[in-house]
Amino acid sequence: MHPAPSVIIFTTLSGLGFGLLFWLGLGFPAVTGWTAFAFFAIAYALAVGGLLASTFHLGHPERAIKAFTQWRSSWLSREACTSVAALVVMGLYGAGLVFFGERWALLGWIGAALSLLTVYTTSMIYAQMKTVPRWQTPLTPVLFLTLAITGGAILSGEVTAALVLLLLAAVVQVIWWQRGDGALAGSGTNLATATGLGKPGQVRAFEPPHTGTNYLLREFVHVVGRKHAMKLRLIALVLGYALPFALLALPFNHVFALLAVLSHLTGIAASRWLFFAEAEHVVGLYYGKR
Amino acid sequence: MTTLPEKTDRKLGLVIDLDTCVGCHACVVSCKGWNTENYGAPLSDQDPYGADPTGTFLNRVHSYEVQPEEGAAQLIHFPKSCLHCEDAPCVTVCPTGASYKRTEDGIVLVNETDCIGCGLCAWACPYGAREMDAAEGVMKKCTLCVDRIYNDNLPEVDQVPACVRTCPAGARHFGDLGDPDSEVSQLVAERGGMDLMPEQGTKPVNQYLPPRPKDELDRTAAPEDSEIDVLAPYLNPVADSPKGFLGWLDKTLEKL
Amino acid sequence: MTLHQPKINTSPKVSDEVRKTTCYMCACRCGINVHMKDGKVAYIEGNRDHPVNKGVLCAKGSAGIMQHNAPSRLRAPLKRVGPRGSGEFEEISWDEALGLATEWLAPVREKNPEKLAFFTGRDQSQSFTSFWAQNFGTPNYAAHGGFCSVNMAAAGIYTMGGAFWEFGQPDWDYTKLFMIFGVAEDHDSNPIKMGIGKIKERGARVIGVNPIRSGYNAVADDWVGITPGTDGLFILSLIHELLKAGRIDLDYLARFTNAPCLVNMDPDSPEHGLLLRDDDGKTLVIDRKTGKLTPFDQPGVQPDLSASHRKAGITHKPVMHLIAERYLDDQYAPEAVAEKCGIKPAKIRAIAAELARVAFDEAFELDHEWTDFRGETHKTMTGRPVSFHSMRGISAHSNGFQTCRSLHLLQILLGTVEVPGGFRFKPPYPKPVSAHPKPHCGVTPGKPLDGPHLGFVQGPDDLALKDDGSAARIDKAFTWENPMSAHGLMHMVISNAHAGDPYKIDTLFMYMANMSWNSSMNTRGVIDMLTDTDENGDYVIPHIIYSDAYSSEMVAYADLIFPDTTYLERHDCISLLDRPICEADAAADAIRWPVVEPDRDVRGFQSVLCELGARLNLPGFVNEDGSQKYADYGDYITNHERKPGIGPLAGWRMGEDGLTHGRGGPNEAQLDHYIENGGFMVKHIPEDASYYKPWNKAYQDWAVELGLFDSPQHYIFDLYAEPLRRFQLAAEGHGDRQPPDHLRERIKETLDPLPIWYAPFEDTGVDTEEFDVHALTQRPMAMYHSWGTQNAWLRQIHGHNPLYLPTNIWQKHGFAEGDWARVTSAHGEITVPVAHMAALNENTVWTWNAIGKRKGAWALDKDAPEATKGFLLNHLIHELLPPKGDGLRWANSDPVTGQAAWFDLRVKIEKAEAPAEAQPGFDPIKSPVGQGPDHLEWKVGK
Repeated sequence: MHPAPSVIIFTTLSGLGFGLLFWLGLGFPAVTGWTAFAFFAIAYALAVGGLLASTFHLGHPERAIKAFTQWRSSWLSREACTSVAALVVMGLYGAGLVFFGERWALLGWIGAALSLLTVYTTSMIYAQMKTVPRWQTPLTPVLFLTLAITGGAILSGEVTAALVLLLLAAVVQVIWWQRGDGALAGSGTNLATATGLGKPGQVRAFEPPHTGTNYLLREFVHVVGRKHAMKLRLIALVLGYALPFALLALPFNHVFALLAVLSHLTGIAASRWLFFAEAEHVVGLYYGKR
Repeated sequence: MTTLPEKTDRKLGLVIDLDTCVGCHACVVSCKGWNTENYGAPLSDQDPYGADPTGTFLNRVHSYEVQPEEGAAQLIHFPKSCLHCEDAPCVTVCPTGASYKRTEDGIVLVNETDCIGCGLCAWACPYGAREMDAAEGVMKKCTLCVDRIYNDNLPEVDQVPACVRTCPAGARHFGDLGDPDSEVSQLVAERGGMDLMPEQGTKPVNQYLPPRPKDELDRTAAPEDSEIDVLAPYLNPVADSPKGFLGWLDKTLEKL
Repeated sequence: MTLHQPKINTSPKVSDEVRKTTCYMCACRCGINVHMKDGKVAYIEGNRDHPVNKGVLCAKGSAGIMQHNAPSRLRAPLKRVGPRGSGEFEEISWDEALGLATEWLAPVREKNPEKLAFFTGRDQSQSFTSFWAQNFGTPNYAAHGGFCSVNMAAAGIYTMGGAFWEFGQPDWDYTKLFMIFGVAEDHDSNPIKMGIGKIKERGARVIGVNPIRSGYNAVADDWVGITPGTDGLFILSLIHELLKAGRIDLDYLARFTNAPCLVNMDPDSPEHGLLLRDDDGKTLVIDRKTGKLTPFDQPGVQPDLSASHRKAGITHKPVMHLIAERYLDDQYAPEAVAEKCGIKPAKIRAIAAELARVAFDEAFELDHEWTDFRGETHKTMTGRPVSFHSMRGISAHSNGFQTCRSLHLLQILLGTVEVPGGFRFKPPYPKPVSAHPKPHCGVTPGKPLDGPHLGFVQGPDDLALKDDGSAARIDKAFTWENPMSAHGLMHMVISNAHAGDPYKIDTLFMYMANMSWNSSMNTRGVIDMLTDTDENGDYVIPHIIYSDAYSSEMVAYADLIFPDTTYLERHDCISLLDRPICEADAAADAIRWPVVEPDRDVRGFQSVLCELGARLNLPGFVNEDGSQKYADYGDYITNHERKPGIGPLAGWRMGEDGLTHGRGGPNEAQLDHYIENGGFMVKHIPEDASYYKPWNKAYQDWAVELGLFDSPQHYIFDLYAEPLRRFQLAAEGHGDRQPPDHLRERIKETLDPLPIWYAPFEDTGVDTEEFDVHALTQRPMAMYHSWGTQNAWLRQIHGHNPLYLPTNIWQKHGFAEGDWARVTSAHGEITVPVAHMAALNENTVWTWNAIGKRKGAWALDKDAPEATKGFLLNHLIHELLPPKGDGLRWANSDPVTGQAAWFDLRVKIEKAEAPAEAQPGFDPIKSPVGQGPDHLEWKVGK
């Protein structure tokens, strides 16, 4: 899949934003007033910024309102609904903390749940894709949720939780990669099933339909060299998990915490780039790619 | 809207004969022509006279080689457009309801005025049947020429998709695959029509007829494993030399 | 939940009007419906009523709209202002352009008409352009058949009075086995696709003989991946097998061919090898009933295939004996040919057996009574459901003429020409060689030529030689080098004119022929010849006039450009006098008409010739008072009569009893009738006349009535081709006209009156160990003319062309996707991208033809993939063979017809570093029309 910057930014930032909202909803850290405002501002900047970024890849962003209509069947529509619901609920909840110094716990719990639900719906947009075997696994929502909660923990300063979660997330990440590497082969979809021509012999793509490129090739066929991918995975592991872990494990220091956040964000962005770039869409088979 | 109908009254679709498709791209271009001028936005082209020309096409012809264990490789031309799946994953992912499957005939369409151009439907389609138009920013796909097949301004005989009407080799057939008595259903039954990527569970309506077995004469050349009996055994000589032949000629002419 | 579907209009208005004309995106000439909206072309589809395509249309045809709006269209007449090849022009008025042309051509006509060389390329108006040239008085006219098809045309016409190409077709209704040789996308493109679809639906089988298994060969049930240039040998081996088994149609051979005709066997006789004739010149056979010599066509005669005759001490053997003696020889046994052909002996046997099985065991009778030319009435027509088709794959070789003849011999031995289920001619064929004109080259300054330029020679007397024995024509057609060059030799014109051999010319005038690019072998050399100057700094070819609708590569090399219209803006006639659109069951012709008017200052080339002809005072183009006779081509089509009652179009003529198809006077409303009828005329052949046409009384009478002939032209097939033997006799020293000594041996060897096979000349001229691979081109179905490149839709399908390599070569050199190869021939070198193809003869590489483009041409970006990755194989092919060390230069062509032998090419392949772009690279030429837009959203009705 084409690693579109808009989608990478969107999923990375909004995951982190909703992760932070989740923690805030649960009352961690227990903040009010301007401190609360600062935390909520960060969370909203990330979540809303991410959502806005995602509209950049739309052909007709001015019609985006229509995306709220199909929640019965479409994960993308559900994501739109839950994200708005989460933002509204958490907005009310935040207003209570910032302006009234009140923590309306029930509202917070609902908001936290909606925030996680938003991340879940995002992940399900990918996890539902039978066409992308690397994505189509319950591990995808697990990964997205773990990462969101972990990032939220780091941002909210829940160091202990963050340390545990970072370890957990790293494990999930590695398992996800490992499974992913065999996913296309294990999916049962190949050029023979794609063309139905496997019976007489070995099928090979001879000529593409056009000598030039097209939307499908641009969108779905992105080949990352194995070596390059391994390097990026290492970077993602180090920056996304190991380094933040080390920084947080040291005695608490605001600079270290900030570095941990930035490092984590960069690592997750790299992981997210790989999430797309390494994902093999089965349509590539028709073009003899992968 | 994005939900799929539980059942459709008819299942209109194409049957594509891989045994006769010569790979001429006639269907590709007639589709481009009709759908540029008709349903929805034109199929645009970017850099059409430049270094990297690319445009929207709703139907493209691939070609594949099949190498049997023994014998010559085969070349198969493979036209591909929307298969109008019964369980169309492209429809259910659509966040706006722009994509839908018609209840009356099962045609999968995009209502372009509702399309936000998110591209998710193309992600969901295993066949590469949908292409985002770079100029219009909406998703384009085969409409099965919904603006031809019911079009009273066309003579009845022309009320078929443009690709079917134009196909010189007659490799494309159009009809109701939900009706077991229809010509297309009969053809599918006779020739062992197949689903593409059946494991994807999309239940495509369009069917592909596999190429007939090839190079049977090579089998006759190795008579012990000859599989079909319509082919002739080797010829029996009547003469070994010109002289012998002329003798045979005289005898045969006597009998004429 | 309930589904709320949007309401859509499923019955939108399709167009304001449908205008029916004839396609010109290739040579197939399908009928098209041009849908108009707001006076503009909105959509093009096939015309269901049309005899050629019956509604279907290929990719090119449907893309016609992009051709019509192509940014590469020329806009006005152009006068060259920079050096040749620079592309620097100024737009001028038509008056100035025609004035300039007249200024150049009038003195030529007055003094040396032969100093005008007028050659047309993809011209579909040859009966008109040749008429113009004939009136001008130059002997130097031809179209492009010499590098395209002449082996096939000449072999067919000399053997059976008609050829493959689009001049005949398999009996799609009844054939059960269809065997194709060297057929890729070509003329008759849609009919063949339709036919294959139709017979496959019926369960008929297809055998494809082609080194490359693409297109039609890909859908063939059996593929014979033959080694290029060996088809003739393979065919003769099939004949060997069939003769050996006695599986031939003796009755057919006796009745309808010259197999029973008697050949003079005395080596000392001046008539050695000629057929025994009576005093009227009729060939004689022995009648089985009487045992006596009898003219072949005498009523009641039963020609004896076996009996010899001795007369005045000279033995005469029937042709059948010669056939048996030659082809039963072991040199044609499957084992003997297998290695050369790259086909296993068992497969050759299997195919021979299958041909015989279908021809004889699946024979059938049609209940059509018919009467033959000897007056015998037959209750039924016997079907032999084996049919053949063949195109340039076997034709464009230096042994192509004899290979095509071999195939005709095979067809005829099986009795499957002009019978149900077999191969059928389309009117005006069948037509015996004797009914064709002979070539004419009699030049008189200021006067028309003494007859038609092109034709069919019967022997040395008919050659186009001057009194001193030198060539009368600039292309040396109809000379000892290629005596039967029935289509001329367009590919030699520039080379000969540049060399001043046989003489220098003043003006080269060409139409739709991209000679400075893909229409020439040796492209670089041709460019140099076109731009070469003499010691005074003048161009060696002083004037070049060119007409094209588009900014092709050739435009840059001309001094004066007549911009043509697109095919939707012009009149044309697809005439029975030329290459009509007939079917086996019907005569048919068609028109093009301006379905839209040009929006630029361009004119149809033929209309321009009408005016130029008048300015030059050419007899056929002026009235008695000297005024212009034909206002434009439409006027010519309507009013010209070749002879009384016969004009360019056969439909809706003024007969004695009103409008009629066939013979009749001009009708001012004729074009309107064609337009009303969808742009064409069809006249069906009666059922009893539909097969056995050369021998069928009913057909011959019908053809006379229609005006194809003035009298019945019955004939028998010439398995033994006497005209060839006459040239051999001359080479053996008989007769007054004698070939030069260096050609004697070659003529004796190659102009054999019975089909032979010899290795392609390039195989003997180059080191086959070094150049161990055959290199071919094919035309892609979606784009088989260079015109397609400027087409925004088609160029996305074929924007560049790799060289396809077979598995063994791919693996031997360790090629991988994205690699490039250096390809070297005895003549040149190219460096090009490669791709792997398994379904390919193991000693053959190939590419798509004419995708590669010169930078700056066709209104494309200079970085267009056609120019950076696309390439031409032409750079590797020369019009001459490599020097043999005898001081002579030998043409790279067939020794019988002069057909360019571009499929003889041998190369070597090496892996190469990827260059920045395909090599050789050429500088960009300046586009006289600018460059196309950077995006298209083409919708007419908004």
